[in-house]
Amino acid sequence: MAQTKTQFGYRRHPDQDRAGANLAEHPIVVVGAGPVGLSLAIDLAQRGQSVVLLDDADRIGEGSRAICFSKRSLEFWDRLGIGQRMVDKGVVWSVGKIFHGEQQLYQFNLLPEQGHKRPAFINLQQFYAEAYLVDRVGELPAIDLRWRNKVTGLEPRNDYVLLTIQTPDGPYRLNAQYVVACDGARSSLRQMVGAEFAGQVFEDQFLIADVKMTAAFPTERWFWFDPPFHAGRSALLHKQPDDIWRIDLQLSRHADPAIEKLPENVRPRIARMLGHDKFDFEWISLYKFQCRRMDRFIHGRVIFAGDAAHQVSPFGARGANSGLEDAENIAWKLDRVLRATSPETLIDSYHTERSAAADENIRESTRSTDFMAPVTRQEARLRQAVLSLAKETEFGKRMVNGGRLSVPSVYETPLSTADSDAWRGGPRPGASMLDAPVTGRDGRSSFLTEAFIGQGTRFTLLEFGNGAVADAPEGIGTIRVGGENGFADPQGFAAKRYDAEPGTAYLLRPDGYVAARFRKPSRPAIDAALSRASGLN
Amino acid sequence: MTLSTASNFAKPDDAFRAIVEAHRGLSDEQSADLDAALVLVLANHIGDIAVLHEAIALAKRRMLDASQQQQQQQ
Repeated sequence: MAQTKTQFGYRRHPDQDRAGANLAEHPIVVVGAGPVGLSLAIDLAQRGQSVVLLDDADRIGEGSRAICFSKRSLEFWDRLGIGQRMVDKGVVWSVGKIFHGEQQLYQFNLLPEQGHKRPAFINLQQFYAEAYLVDRVGELPAIDLRWRNKVTGLEPRNDYVLLTIQTPDGPYRLNAQYVVACDGARSSLRQMVGAEFAGQVFEDQFLIADVKMTAAFPTERWFWFDPPFHAGRSALLHKQPDDIWRIDLQLSRHADPAIEKLPENVRPRIARMLGHDKFDFEWISLYKFQCRRMDRFIHGRVIFAGDAAHQVSPFGARGANSGLEDAENIAWKLDRVLRATSPETLIDSYHTERSAAADENIRESTRSTDFMAPVTRQEARLRQAVLSLAKETEFGKRMVNGGRLSVPSVYETPLSTADSDAWRGGPRPGASMLDAPVTGRDGRSSFLTEAFIGQGTRFTLLEFGNGAVADAPEGIGTIRVGGENGFADPQGFAAKRYDAEPGTAYLLRPDGYVAARFRKPSRPAIDAALSRASGLN
Repeated sequence: MTLSTASNFAKPDDAFRAIVEAHRGLSDEQSADLDAALVLVLANHIGDIAVLHEAIALAKRRMLDASQQQQQQQ
């Protein structure tokens, strides 16, 4: 059933003819052309860096992998110029429903408010996301994408890393100032640096079936505890593009994978779930998973991102989305270090910020998994009590855990300047910027996330003014809301979401996170915050 | 005061997790013992007999619902 969705050709590169003291030298080599590696390469290229992107395969596709992409990921992809294409193809959703037996316990809306450019989530098969990313890479001459280039050796030197790369024409070597390993859960680079990958192994088995059918189910995430069609276990139903539905069924720990995945055994179970058997299988697989992460995401000049650095359970859409957050986090830092506008130590903040995010993702997805598959009798009883209390109590509903879906982490980071003013709301330093609808001077409707892109996705001062705005240091963008030349905020969303008063200013990092905020910004305070966020002190 | 069934924890998952983890490694017997002590400690902390009666009624009503469902299924 494995389908090769797109195939790419291997092409010999002139680097392969260089040897000895004459090896090619590249500032950045990204290993692994999955969603994380591709997005990272695009971000770096858009910042003006040359990137060599290596992948050991020559195709994308095959199998059922990530399907849920978060608002944050879409905002990142907007910056890379492919957000709209993803949304156009994807299935937009924000509502989830949780059932116990035949009864609906509650429903949640992940984005109940208006005034955001992007929805809470889209569902999109990973192979589409990768294909669109590869198309975008093709538009950027600064990215040198080499298929069937497998890294087989990695030797750290003082100022660079010496890579040995196997190709259909035999091996070659090159030097890289920085290597970013985005080569997935079974990362061979991780093994080459000798890093451990420790964590918790879950014994529970889950069955994934992607089925093709036309159905009237709404585009919502439906999750069942103990459904009538799958007694005693859990089930998930979710829509993807092309009339494909993702079904995820919890199996017994002792189920025999070979027997369970036979279509004749899967079909009756899913027919009972859907109430009919007019569907075709696109994909069936059984999986177990682990929650684990590397101790350090940075090993000298080799930096790990995505599944290579951390793995989570699939409940919560925290795998691909957290990998994309890794990419946006490291891209601007590498760019600044290579330009020598920030010291090398700025890169350390990648580990600080993203390893804490990985811990959070592991904690959340482990809790969801434990709730779905209680280990002990007492744990099962506690869960049963919560499920039954959820029918009539609000607190019970809140304790039911059918997956806590990915939201961006708030960083506790040395790059942030702590608040010194009083705030009742708004994103605090270390949190990701919030979107809001604004109107340009020409009357055109826009969003704050678009204005940020319009400023070049760099350090940007977001100011709420009535003329009394601070002057921004050279080289940083400015977005003005209100005042004479600013965007209008007709519905007041921007002011409300940023707890803004006249004069309020937020300093945004190049990845859109808040570095500092001020009620009455002064130039020295902005300079100091900028310096800190650039890793200069 | 009446029994609050609103969600009172900022992070309900943390509370559930703390209780689950308190039981880790205990036998069934030990778990029942822990729960009994926990109930008494929390009841004393609430310190309001009317609220305690309401809480007992809610917990029992839930058991009744479950056994009715089982009978219907049989």
